[in-house]
This record gives sequence, C-alpha cells and structure tokens, in this order.
Amino acid sequence: MTDRGSYQPLTYFQLMEVSLRELLVEKGVVTDAQVDETLEDMRRRGPERGARVVARAWTDPEFRKRLLADGTAACEELGLDVPALRLVVVESTPEVHNVIVCTLCSCYPRMLLGLPPDWYKSRNYRSRVVREPRIVLAELGLEVPGDVQIRVHDSTAEMRYMVLPLRPPGTGGWSEERLASIVTRDCMIGVAVPEVTR
Amino acid sequence: MIERSHHDMGGLPAGPVERGEHDYAEWELRVDALMTLLTGVRSAKKLMTVDELRKNIEALAPDAYDTMSYYERWVISITQTLIQRGVITTEQLARKMLEVEKRGR
Repeated sequence: MTDRGSYQPLTYFQLMEVSLRELLVEKGVVTDAQVDETLEDMRRRGPERGARVVARAWTDPEFRKRLLADGTAACEELGLDVPALRLVVVESTPEVHNVIVCTLCSCYPRMLLGLPPDWYKSRNYRSRVVREPRIVLAELGLEVPGDVQIRVHDSTAEMRYMVLPLRPPGTGGWSEERLASIVTRDCMIGVAVPEVTR
Repeated sequence: MIERSHHDMGGLPAGPVERGEHDYAEWELRVDALMTLLTGVRSAKKLMTVDELRKNIEALAPDAYDTMSYYERWVISITQTLIQRGVITTEQLARKMLEVEKRGR
C-alpha cells in the first residue's frame, strides 16, 4: 500500500470501501483471506497471458482455428482459465483491422489482459470509436492504411472480444517466447500493432 | 424516439481520446475483488450479479456518473445492491463508516 506510514484522511468512497468490506467480513459473507486471494489472482492476470495465446496462434495453425472457433476452450488448452465468460477472438488480416470497445460500460478480456486502462473506460473512447474509429486510432498513435477496413467490436457483459493481431513481417522462425514479447496489451485491444524493432 | 440513457454513449460526439491511465490504488483493487467474490466467481456465496452492478451504476444521476471515478461508481453500486437485497442495512453501514472514520482508516 502506498499510503502506509503517512496519515492521509480517507475519501468518502475509500471510507465506504473499508466499511463495506469490514461489515461483510463481520457478517461472514466474505473473509479477509478470500479478499487477499482474489487480489493475488488479479495481480497474476496481465497482458502476457493474452500474448501467449497470440504467439501460439501465430505458430500453430490448428490452434489458431480452434481459438477462432471457441476462444474460451482454446485458452483452457494452454492452462489459462477464462472464468464465467465467453471469449471471442477476432483475427486481423491484411484487409481488416479489428478493435474492441464496450460502449455501455467497461467489458474487457481482463482474464487475459488484466484490468483495462483508464482511456478504454473513458467517455471519449466509448462514444467515438464506434463512429469514427480511424480518427480515434490515429489519436492513439495508430495510422491504419486507407485500403484496410476497420471493424469495431462492442463487448457485452456475457462475452468479451480479444484481437488476434496480424503477425508482422520479419518474424519468420521466431520462437513463441520471442513472438509473445512483441504482443502488447494495446495490440490485443486493437489500438496498436505488433512492431519489430531492428 | 426512445431517449437514451446517460451511460449509452456509443456513437455520440465526444472529445479527443488521450492515453491516460493510472496505477490502480489498493482500495480500487479491493472494490474489484469484493465484486468478484460477491458474484460468486471464486467459490464465495453468490450475492449479486454483474447486471445489478450495472443497473445501479446506470441509475446514477448523469452528473454523478460523470464526476465519480470508475471504482467510486462501483463501490456505490455494490453498496446499493446489498442494501436492496437486505444483506446490509443503511444504519449498519452508517455506523460502520462513523467507526472507521474515527479510527482514521
């Protein structure tokens, strides 16, 4: 905890969090240990999970097919659980670039990418990426060539999208680990593409 | 035409997208963890659903929705849901908040 040691008054909502949690522990609804375990589980889930899935799909055509047919089951093959949700993986090609959003709230493939960045949950991104994706992507630093179609996928509470980015040229013969190292979180949201640094 | 709810913003005009992000504070992560537990994902008792979380977030007044941070909306919504479900009462929560405030954290 960053605030340990120096006294800072709690904000109203922090006070509410502490109080709610303690009340629920007192009532036996949850235990402190369960809260700690859940926090640990959250910390273990980062974009390197998604990157492993992408790298496998790039190197194993049969896995790629299974991933596109049933994202949840394919991830489970790699020992990556996708609790309680249906995962739909959308594949970017030289003709089509995919990007994900949740216009209604903040749905995100967090079991594979960790918690979403603030901008993903922002009003500006949620409102505009479905209407003018090319402009929004440019604002985020990605210029999509004019002849490439952009497809925007709006998530729901029951299912989540993740982008399988296009494997960049110049990566022939790379190991899965090396491939995974160029697959960033933003590549799997679709606001960046994997880059090969020379 | 049916008027849209405030949270239903897809396709509406809005400002430029900036790559802002912050490291989540511990209390924010704990709110998230609590939600996971209350929805019964990690073998705890299922006491609420994601739809209820959303319903009570979407019920916030538009200016509250816009001025509150993400996990502030969550903690309000979770609290509201648990009160609606009778898991906790407003009085119990108020008492607890007073106690925690006096204690200092």
